[in-house]
Amino acid sequence: MDWQFLGETFVSLVSAIPLTLQLAATSIALGAALALAIALCRLSGITVLEWFARIYVFIFRGTPLLVQIFLIYYGLGQFPEVRHSILWPFLREPYWCAVLALTMNTAAYASEIIRGGLLSVPFGQVEAARACGMPRFMQFRRIIMPLAIRQALPAYSNEMISMVKATSLASIITLMEVTGVAARIISETYRAIEVFIVAGAIYLAINFLLTRLVYLVEYWLSPHLRQPVPHFPATATSVLEGDAR
Amino acid sequence: MTALGRLFGAEGFLGFPGFLAGSLAVGVTSGAQFTEVFRGAFKAVHPGEIEAAIACGMGRALRFRRIVAPLTLRHALPGLGNVWQVVLKESALVSITGVAELLRQTQVAAGSTGLPFDFYIVAGAIYLIISTGSSLFLRQAEKHFSRGVRRG
Repeated sequence: MDWQFLGETFVSLVSAIPLTLQLAATSIALGAALALAIALCRLSGITVLEWFARIYVFIFRGTPLLVQIFLIYYGLGQFPEVRHSILWPFLREPYWCAVLALTMNTAAYASEIIRGGLLSVPFGQVEAARACGMPRFMQFRRIIMPLAIRQALPAYSNEMISMVKATSLASIITLMEVTGVAARIISETYRAIEVFIVAGAIYLAINFLLTRLVYLVEYWLSPHLRQPVPHFPATATSVLEGDAR
Repeated sequence: MTALGRLFGAEGFLGFPGFLAGSLAVGVTSGAQFTEVFRGAFKAVHPGEIEAAIACGMGRALRFRRIVAPLTLRHALPGLGNVWQVVLKESALVSITGVAELLRQTQVAAGSTGLPFDFYIVAGAIYLIISTGSSLFLRQAEKHFSRGVRRG
């Protein structure tokens, strides 16, 4: 093992981490919002919206992400209408194409996860909220949504992790994120194994931190499932010292 | 690969054929997912069934072949279907190594005709057809193999 080369590679790959994180964060955030909208469409009970959501999920889950990226990056430029539209400054940039493709892809998967979460809310809870006189929106905001998020979080963390890994595909449309920089270093040095080991370690570290973070959120969202904190009866001294009386 | 070749005294650059490299990479990653699926399915096999097999005097190998493996496979079928869908889409990544599979051919065609949108749409449709067809097939298989299970 050439430790010096590994170190140099690591330093140059670290400079590419912000772009990877930015891609992942942007597409996860936008994707979550879109996914919620699609999940609500699917559960709305309105036939048109429901079928729109179904077809959307069917198409984006059934085709490879790479095809979607190519379709958006190379495909849309084929039409003069797109090239002359106001969106062209965005669609011309590989960054926004990657974000768009990742967002739409994750929205399809996440909408199913969110739908599962929303369906898992026990009806009794909704009934209780209704009995308290909450209007529909407040029911959704205070009761259904928090319970659904809690339920969907483990599955959603999987989706987030696969999103972080999926950002590596953005290197194919010339974005210089971790994989892109790794590929450039390889084409300069022909040392594929070392470079990809370092790149893999970086993704591993990112995903490790991400899972820890999700565990933390999970812990924070489920106080009712925690072991109760052992409660020691107050001793004589503490009663004397305390001003409880 | 080149480094490995050096160990055996080969000179110059050694590489895998793209197809082998691609199928190895996809195989290794999907193997990890299959492991989890099989582990879950194996755990779903009721201990009573294995106990019954022991009580019948079956040996370890016979027990595995006649009882554990068929039951595990039946429980694993939905999971196998999921992994298959993932692998189908991952196979598109092999195009990066230059293997002439569906997506690579699409890239070539799109590049030489200047009509990327048409070709990528068709490629997406083909992937959709394959995944829908195989999911229908898997659903049939699932129905077939769980005909001995009472539902609800």
